[in-house]
Amino acid sequence: MTPDVVIIGAGIIGAACARSLVRAGLRVTVLDRNAAASGTSASGEGNLLVSDKGPGEELRLAQYASSLWPDTVAELRRELGADFPSLEYERKGGLVVATTPAGRDPLLAFAESQRGAGVDARVLTVKQALRLEPDLNPAITAAIHYPEDAQVQPVAATEALLASARLGGADVRVGVTVTGGIRAADGALVGVRTSAGDFSAGAVLNAAGPWSGEVSRSLDASLPVRPRRGVVLVTTRMPHRIFHKVYDADYVGAVGSGEAELQTSSVVESTAAGTVLIGSSREQVGFDNRLRVSVLEELAVKALRLFPFLAGASVMRSYGGFRPYMPDHLPVIGPDHRVPGLWHATGHEGAGIGLSLATAELIAAQLTGGVPAVDPASFLLTRPSLAALVPEVA
Amino acid sequence: MASRMFPSRDDRIQPAEAPPVALTIDGQRVSGLRGQTIAGVLLASGRLSWRTTSAGATPRGVFCGIGVCFDCIVTVNGDRDVRACQRRADDGDVILTQYDDLPGHDDQPQHDELTRRDELPGAAS
Amino acid sequence: MTGVLVIGAGPAGLAAARAALRAGASVTLLDSSDQLGGQYWRHLPDSRAGVREDRLHHGWDRFRALQDELLEHPGCEVVPSAQVWAIERLDEGLVVHVHVGPPDGNRRPSRELTPDAIVIATGAYDRTLPFPGWDLPGVFSAGAAQALAKGERVAVGGRVVVAGAGPFLLPVAASLAQTGARVLGVYEASRPRALARGWLPRPWRLLGATSKFGELASYALSHVRHRIPYRVGHAVIAAHGTDRVEQVTVARLDARWAPIPGTERRIDADAVCVSHGFTPRIELAIAAGCDIRPDRFVRVDDRQHTSVPGVFAAGEITGIGGVDAALAEGAIAGHGAAGGGADDPAVRRDLARRATFTDFAARIEAAHGIRPGWTGWLRPDTLVCRCEEVPYGRLRETGRATCSTSLRSLKLSTRAGLGICQGRVCGRTVEDLLGRESPGGLLDGTSTDRRPIASPVRIGELAAAHGRHTSAATDAARHQHQ
Ligand SMILES: Cc1cc2nc3c(=O)[nH]c(=O)nc-3n(C[C@H](O)[C@H](O)[C@H](O)COP(=O)(O)OP(=O)(O)OC[C@H]3O[C@@H](n4cnc5c(N)ncnc54)[C@H](O)[C@@H]3O)c2cc1C
Ligand SMILES: Cc1cc2nc3c(=O)[nH]c(=O)nc-3n(C[C@H](O)[C@H](O)[C@H](O)COP(=O)(O)OP(=O)(O)OC[C@H]3O[C@@H](n4cnc5c(N)ncnc54)[C@H](O)[C@@H]3O)c2cc1C
Ligand code: FES
Repeated sequence: MTPDVVIIGAGIIGAACARSLVRAGLRVTVLDRNAAASGTSASGEGNLLVSDKGPGEELRLAQYASSLWPDTVAELRRELGADFPSLEYERKGGLVVATTPAGRDPLLAFAESQRGAGVDARVLTVKQALRLEPDLNPAITAAIHYPEDAQVQPVAATEALLASARLGGADVRVGVTVTGGIRAADGALVGVRTSAGDFSAGAVLNAAGPWSGEVSRSLDASLPVRPRRGVVLVTTRMPHRIFHKVYDADYVGAVGSGEAELQTSSVVESTAAGTVLIGSSREQVGFDNRLRVSVLEELAVKALRLFPFLAGASVMRSYGGFRPYMPDHLPVIGPDHRVPGLWHATGHEGAGIGLSLATAELIAAQLTGGVPAVDPASFLLTRPSLAALVPEVA
Repeated sequence: MASRMFPSRDDRIQPAEAPPVALTIDGQRVSGLRGQTIAGVLLASGRLSWRTTSAGATPRGVFCGIGVCFDCIVTVNGDRDVRACQRRADDGDVILTQYDDLPGHDDQPQHDELTRRDELPGAAS
Repeated sequence: MTGVLVIGAGPAGLAAARAALRAGASVTLLDSSDQLGGQYWRHLPDSRAGVREDRLHHGWDRFRALQDELLEHPGCEVVPSAQVWAIERLDEGLVVHVHVGPPDGNRRPSRELTPDAIVIATGAYDRTLPFPGWDLPGVFSAGAAQALAKGERVAVGGRVVVAGAGPFLLPVAASLAQTGARVLGVYEASRPRALARGWLPRPWRLLGATSKFGELASYALSHVRHRIPYRVGHAVIAAHGTDRVEQVTVARLDARWAPIPGTERRIDADAVCVSHGFTPRIELAIAAGCDIRPDRFVRVDDRQHTSVPGVFAAGEITGIGGVDAALAEGAIAGHGAAGGGADDPAVRRDLARRATFTDFAARIEAAHGIRPGWTGWLRPDTLVCRCEEVPYGRLRETGRATCSTSLRSLKLSTRAGLGICQGRVCGRTVEDLLGRESPGGLLDGTSTDRRPIASPVRIGELAAAHGRHTSAATDAARHQHQ
C-alpha cells in the first residue's frame, strides 16, 4: 500500500513527524540511510530552551514545544513501558549570567523583552544566583533564572518517538539512502528513488538534518541548509555541584550570529550520570569532524569563567556534530512551494531537539488541513528573509 | 591470605632497600617503599579495594593494573581521578577514596520548579 | 636531519628509536610511564632496582643494551611520564599533544610536537570477557597480576586461579609463582582440538614460536617446578564473595566455549586473573587518520608504513606477535621513519626475522580466539560495562525495546562504554553483544575504538594552554574553511 508520506531521515525531527502523522491517521514510511538516531540527534545536547530566544516566531514555537514536552513524555512512557530507556526529561531550569560589566545591561534588556513575550525570566541578584549555584563564579555581573528551561536525553527521545510511531503503524527502514525523486507527469513529487528501490508516496518530507540541502538538491529543489559544527566536552563523573543549565550570556549572541569563524559560549550543566557537559562551539567548517584542540581550549576557558572549581575536573571525551543551519536562523517547516508534494522539516540548527514536537505538530496540521497552533508563515520557504537565497524555479 | 608484597629477603631478584614513604588513605596511615605505586602500597598493605561504585555502591580496587580500566582511581592531594596503579606514592600523600553518588533526576517537572520558586522569595517574575 | 617521534617505549618503540638513530635521524621517544620497557620489560623502579632483574625477564640484557644506547645517544631525547592525549590532524600535518608529569596530574606542562615522521608503538592490553562476579575485588586481568609481580613484586593473592585463553596465561602463572603466590591452576578455554589446530598439542610449545630457547625453557621449567595444573577446555565462569573473591566456579566448555552443565566445580581462591586475548591501543593511530584493518589492527605495508604519509606503526597495534615480532617491526618502522631504504643491509635481518612471525597472530586466533558460546556463562545481572555498571540484561532489553541498530544510540541509551575508561574494557564486548541483538548488524559505522581524547585532561590544563599555541598552524586551519 502506498504510504501517505515518506519521511527522509530518522533523526528526532523525522521521528517526531512520523509519530504526529501516524496519530493524525496517515500511513507513514521513514527512511534513513544509516541507523535511526545516528546523525545530529545523537551528537548534541538535549536542551529544551526558551532562554536563548528573543521575542519572535522561533520563541513562539519554542514556547509551544515547551508546553508539549511534559505530556508527550508521560504518553511515551505509558505507550512504551518501563523497559524503554528513560527520556530523562527534567525541567531543571536555566541560569543565564553575564560575566563582564559590559554584558550586564544587554542581558537585562534581553530578559525584559522576553518577559514581554511571556517568558518566565527572573532577574536575580548575585546573592540569589549563588544560592541556586553555590559554586558559580561570584564575579558575575547579572543573572536571569529561566525555570521553564528543560532537557531530555536526545537519543532516547528520538528512539521513543520512533518506537511510538512504529506502534502506530509507521514503517521504519534503516540503511536506505534516498538518491532522487519520482515525478508525476504534472511535475509533482510522488515518491523517492533509493538504494533499496523506489518508494511511492503521497508526499515526501525532507527531515535529513544537516544533509537536507543535499537531499533537497537530489529532489531538484535547492535549499540553503548548511552544517554548523559544534563540539561538547564531557567530564568524568564528579560530585553533584552544578544544578541548572548555566549559560554565559554571550550564548545569546553566538546563536544569532552567522559568522563562520569559531565561536564558543559556555553552557555548563551536569547530567543524570554525574558527568558535566560543557558546550558548545559553533563553526562552519563543512562536514569536517577532525578534533581541534584550540576549540577544546576555548571551551575550557569559558567554562572556568562560570565555574572556577572545574579547573581540576577531567575531560574524558569530546564529541560533536553538525547543526542544520539556515542562514536566517529559522527552521523550514512546511511545503515547498516550488515542488508540489515536497515538504521540509529541517534547519533547526541548535534547537532541533527542543523544537521537534512543535515542528511535528505543525507539519501534521498543515498536511491534514488542521489548524496549526502557531502561525506557520514565518517557517515557510516563501518568507522574506529567504527571498535572496531560495531560487524560485526549483 | 590476600594480596601482599614478596618479602625482599626471599626474592631471587634481590630488590634494593628503598627508603620508606608514608601516606594516608581516608586519614589512616599506610607505609610503603619509595617507587611503589599507590596501588602497590595499598595492595601490599592487604587492601584489595578502595573505591565505591556510583550505582551499585560496591567496592573496587585494581583490575587491569596498567592504567586502562580506571577502576583504581583515588583523589590524591586534592586531585580527583588519579589512577592508583599508575601514580607513584610520594611521602605525605593524602589519599581520599572516591564514591560519587549519582544525582537523581525525575520526570516530574513541576516538583522541581515549585521548590525552586519557594527558595526565591525575592525573585522578580 | 629527519625528526622522528616514537610514541611508546615498549619493545617495538625502543627498537624503532634505535633504528631511527642509527639511520641518522634525531629521535624523541615518549612514554606515559616513567620507565622504559613497556609491558614486556616492566621492572622494579630505580629506588628498588633488582640486582638480578634478569631472573624475571627474558632478554633482560637486550633491554639494558637498548636502553643504554638510547639514553646515551646525543640525538635522542627520551621523555618519560609523557602522556600523548591527542593527535590533531591539521591540513599542514599532524600535531601531537603531550602532557608531561605524573600520571593524571594537574597543571602538567603541555608540549606540542610536529615531527617529520611518527612511529606509533602503543602496544596492547589484555581483554577480559565478563562473567558473574568479575567486578568483585580480587578479580584481576591477567596483565594486572603480571604488571604487579614485575613492577612491584606484589602478588595479587595467596591462592590464585589463572584463566582465560592464550599463551599469555603461562608467563602470568610463572610470575605469580615467582612472587610467592600459590597458583591453583591455569584454565585455558580452548579445547585440545583448537589448540592443535593453532599449535602443537602441547601448549607451552607455542612459546617456542616467539623465541626458541629462553621463554620456552623458563616457563616450562617454572611450571614443572611449581607444579601448576594446566587444564584446557575449562573456564572460570563465576567468582563468588561479598566484598571480595572467596571462591570461583570452574566449568568445562564445549568447542563454542559454552559451559557444559553439570561440570561446575567450586574452588576456594582469594584472587583470580583472567585474560581472553589482547586489545590493541589504536586510538592514537585512529586519531592520526590511519587505516584500521577489519580485524582492528593498524594496517601497515611491509615497511610498517601506515596509510598516512610519514606515520609508521609497530608492535602489538599491528597484530599480536609477541616481543620478538615487536622488536623486528619496531626496527623496520624506525628505519623507514628515518628515511632509510628497503634494501639497506641494516634492516635486512629485521625483515627476515619479522617474516618468521607472519602467521603468529593467525595461529593465536585459530587456537585461542574467542568463541561465541561464552555468553552462556552470563546472567542478566552480570555487569558488562564496569564503569557505568550496565548489566547484560539491560543491554539486551534496550536493544530489543528500541530496535536500534545504532551503536551510538545504544551506548547513549544504556550508558555502556560511556564511563571513565571510555569503553577500553567493555567496548568490544558491548559491540559483540549488541550486534547479536540486531540481525542486520549495527549500521552507524562507528566503533568503540575511537577516542579523540586519548587520556583524560584537566580543564585547567586545557585552559592554561589556550592561546599559547594559537600558532600560525592552528590559525591557518581555523580560517581556511571560511
Ligand atoms: C553540539 C551540538 C549541541 C546541540 N545541542 C542542542 C540542544 O541542546 N538542544 C537542541 O534542541 N538542539 C541541540 N542541537 C541541535 C540538534 O541536535 C539538531 O537540531 C537536531 O538533532 C536535528 O535533528 P534532525 O532530525 O533534523 O537531523 P539528524 O538527527 O541529523 O537526522 C537526519 C537523518 O537524515 C539521514 N539522512 C541524511 N541523508 C539521507 C539520505 N540521502 N537518505 C536517507 N537518510 C538520510 C541521516 O542519516 C540522519 O539520520 C545540538 C547540535 C549539536 C551539534
Ligand atoms: C600487562 C601486560 C603484561 C605483559 N607481559 C608479557 C610477558 O610477560 N611476556 C610476553 O611474552 N608478553 C607479555 N605481554 C604482551 C606484550 O604486550 C608484548 O609482548 C610486548 O610488550 C609488546 O610490545 P609493544 O612494544 O608492542 O607494546 P608495549 O610493551 O605494550 O609498549 C607500549 C608502550 O606505549 C606506551 N603508551 C601507550 N599509549 C600511550 C600514550 N597515549 N602516550 C604515551 N605512551 C603510551 C605504554 O605506556 C607502553 O609502555 C604483556 C602484555 C600486557 C598488557
Ligand atoms: S587498575 Fe586499571 S587503571 Fe588502575
